[in-house]
Amino acid sequence: MKIHKYDTVIVGAGGAGMRAAIEATKRSRTAVLTKLYPTRSHTGAAQGGMAAALANVEEDNWEWHTFDTVKGGDYLVDQDAAEILAKEAIDAVLDLEKMGLPFNRTPAGQIDQRRFGGHSRNHGEAPVRRSCYAADRTGHMILQTLYQNCVKEGVEFFNEFYVLDQLITEVDGVKKSAGVVAYELATGEIHIFQAKAVIYASGGCGKFFRVTSNAHTLTGDGQAAVYRRGLPLEDMEFFQFHPTGIWRMGILLTEGARGEGGILRNKDGERFMEKYAPVMKDLASRDVVSRSIYTEIREGRGCGPEGDHVYLDLTHLPPEQLDAKLPDITEFARTYLGIEPYTDPIPIQPTAHYAMGGIPTNVEGEVLADNTTVVPGLYAAGEVACVSVHGANRLGTNSLLDINVFGRRAGIAAAEYSAKNDYVDLPENPEALVVEQVERLRNSTGTERVAQIRRELQETMDANVMVFRTEQTIKTAVEKIGELRARYKNVAIQDKGKRFNTDLLEAIELGNLLDLAEVMAVSALARKESRGGHYREDYPNRDDVNFMRHTMAYREVGDDGTETVRLDYKPVVQTRYQPMERKY
Amino acid sequence: MATPVLDKVEAESAASPYITVTFRVRRFNPEVSAEATWEDFQLEIDPKERVLDGLHKIKWELDGTLTFRRSCAHGICGSDAMRINGRNRLACKTLIKDINPEKPITIEPIKGLTVLKDLVVDMEPFFQAYRDVMPFLVTTGNEPTRERLQSPEDRERFDDTTKCILCAACTSSCPVFWNDGQYFGPAAIVNAHRFIFDSRDEAGEQRLEILNDKDGVWRCRTTFNCTDACPRGIEVTKAIQEVKRALITRRF
Ligand SMILES: Cc1cc2nc3c(=O)[nH]c(=O)nc-3n(C[C@H](O)[C@H](O)[C@H](O)COP(=O)(O)OP(=O)(O)OC[C@H]3O[C@@H](n4cnc5c(N)ncnc54)[C@H](O)[C@@H]3O)c2cc1C
Ligand code: FES
Repeated sequence: MKIHKYDTVIVGAGGAGMRAAIEATKRSRTAVLTKLYPTRSHTGAAQGGMAAALANVEEDNWEWHTFDTVKGGDYLVDQDAAEILAKEAIDAVLDLEKMGLPFNRTPAGQIDQRRFGGHSRNHGEAPVRRSCYAADRTGHMILQTLYQNCVKEGVEFFNEFYVLDQLITEVDGVKKSAGVVAYELATGEIHIFQAKAVIYASGGCGKFFRVTSNAHTLTGDGQAAVYRRGLPLEDMEFFQFHPTGIWRMGILLTEGARGEGGILRNKDGERFMEKYAPVMKDLASRDVVSRSIYTEIREGRGCGPEGDHVYLDLTHLPPEQLDAKLPDITEFARTYLGIEPYTDPIPIQPTAHYAMGGIPTNVEGEVLADNTTVVPGLYAAGEVACVSVHGANRLGTNSLLDINVFGRRAGIAAAEYSAKNDYVDLPENPEALVVEQVERLRNSTGTERVAQIRRELQETMDANVMVFRTEQTIKTAVEKIGELRARYKNVAIQDKGKRFNTDLLEAIELGNLLDLAEVMAVSALARKESRGGHYREDYPNRDDVNFMRHTMAYREVGDDGTETVRLDYKPVVQTRYQPMERKY
Repeated sequence: MATPVLDKVEAESAASPYITVTFRVRRFNPEVSAEATWEDFQLEIDPKERVLDGLHKIKWELDGTLTFRRSCAHGICGSDAMRINGRNRLACKTLIKDINPEKPITIEPIKGLTVLKDLVVDMEPFFQAYRDVMPFLVTTGNEPTRERLQSPEDRERFDDTTKCILCAACTSSCPVFWNDGQYFGPAAIVNAHRFIFDSRDEAGEQRLEILNDKDGVWRCRTTFNCTDACPRGIEVTKAIQEVKRALITRRF
């Protein structure tokens, strides 16, 4: 075991982690621990764009953007945070341009902008061009640009280090962050990183679904690490299902395709979104479009022999436009489906895409221990966090924005904190939990296989807590997850070695997914209303009287060692906007 | 009612032609043996699936010790470049039907970088070469308050080389790199190109001097292996030629 000491430790090197690292490295001795090489992070898969009311191509302002964000989130958004997001968006985009990001340009040489779902002129009048983009590779360009600037700033990375535990020490009755425990993939060695400040930027947890746009590595490690240490997770029942994943595979086809004029059609060739969202049509917010697709499918208007998908039609767009604006996604259709998008519509289905919930933070990125108390020295930003700027449903292009705005804020706040504060003592045997976990898996003689449990988890999640939910389906999921958690205790791995033991890490990642799936299902069961991404067929309406509040889920361990999820609630911050019915 | 489960696995398997393929994988684990060996795995698989799906099938159902890197599974993150039937490709972007599944499919780690375990190689020298070419925008003078202007034509000038995902498929397909690991390699030159031809950048001269080194662009023998290997379709050799020309004319 090795012990390292840094002022600031950042967990994750996606967009949020690297944006934080650029700030923190300038201000404090910083280490970035990442389970993937930085440029492998899933930010690189983002396609469509990053929202900011630059008003380069038409009138726009941050107040309209704030409104759209609040409305898109079905009023569960904390409005003070949304205002910061929309205001700081402009500098966030300009900063990236100055760092070198090759945005698409207008004829006048400014950053070009395009339409995206839910973004509107003057509080819903008509779609507005607010998304700054680089073809359909915006995330790739953000990730590359941030990595390039990390190289420039000399950011210190520990690549292929998996953070598996959060260290907390109680000082005078206050729980403080003391550091993290990491597992080095190459050697199997365990490292303690003692740090004055820790920032989680470890991304989402979409891998508990089977049809998903998320990478294999998005297993919610950060959320699980803090949750296991008694800290809450906020709004985990809210997960976004993106309307246009490649049929069966889940690979994303950006909403930018509809922003460029693409149309969704059912088996009769009908542009069905006109029925569900007369103004915004195909560009209504994602939860609305995903439900509309499944309604078409259920009512027998799906495409294909099994009627189990619909089409994304780009055939009326000029090939030059597809080549210039959507080169990657058209190539995905060719590579994975053998379909030529110039001439043929692309089969699609909704795909599990984005975790609105996560580790609760305030607008400085400080992690909350309950509704109001911060954990000194602990920060989170990006998809792992819940500020909450996305509420019940995130608008497209608002996450690339979120990671830049709140990544930057967390980086500055954490480094300033580490400048003013001293190290907290490490708890006794800081490595104990991780050592126990690793040894148990390595020595297990159990009969359960990781892949089997993971598949069953994904199947139950897809079937029971996806776009449509009811009391009964969620209960089915809760029960199944309970069974899988019990079986997980009996899981065994084949690779017993120390070197690059990905067999072991997949087992640990599965444990994280199981914990988070349970939190999600339990939170969803208790929310007896429909709001944004959480749609209950047995409670189809939004219920502001009883449920205009954030869910806070805590892990409780009984005297006999049984683990349960305890739910509490937190008020929503409302400033300018009163809840209204959400129409597109 | 539950969300309709779209993929009806059973119905599908009756209809779809699963085939039997052999994956012949180069195995190496110094914890077990100092020698690398070939190992065959028989798989029942839909030929429309990816080579990566096949590797997962092995790891998840047959042999958990098989080790490889992967993340995004759709050709974006650059984790899983490997030699498949003797050619560098991304396992997640190669469909089984496209690589003659009648014969055993050979899968080896990319060449020229030290193998650490099975298909995992040491990427450090590769990233070091990348870092050495100053892969970041360099500007002088006061920052404008708004964005720097750049015409669509100037933006287009370096578009091709912005696509690089640092998978190392090009560099590890280059015979010069195999023989001499000191050579910067195509990927580093591609990333230098990305900035040399960016109208906003002011460090082109410095980068050219770095590449003028004895281990720089002049080592390239224009074998086009790199262009063939690039999973992003970057015209790598052309980019290298443009850098060579810029070194001669000092115009870029
Ligand atoms: C296909 C796709 C397209 C998208 N398109 C858009 C778009 O157009 N616009 C938009 O706004 N949003 C988009 N999104 C959403 C957005 O891209 C993501 O929400 C965002 O990039 C997440 O960034 P992040 O930095 O929080 O996490 P990530 O980029 O996922 O990075 C997570 C990091 O954490 C590290 N990590 C994870 N676990 C550990 C651990 N245990 N120890 C150490 N390190 C760890 C990983 O190595 C990685 O570096 C898209 C998402 C997807 C999947
Ligand atoms: S797994 Fe990401 S490129 Fe293949």
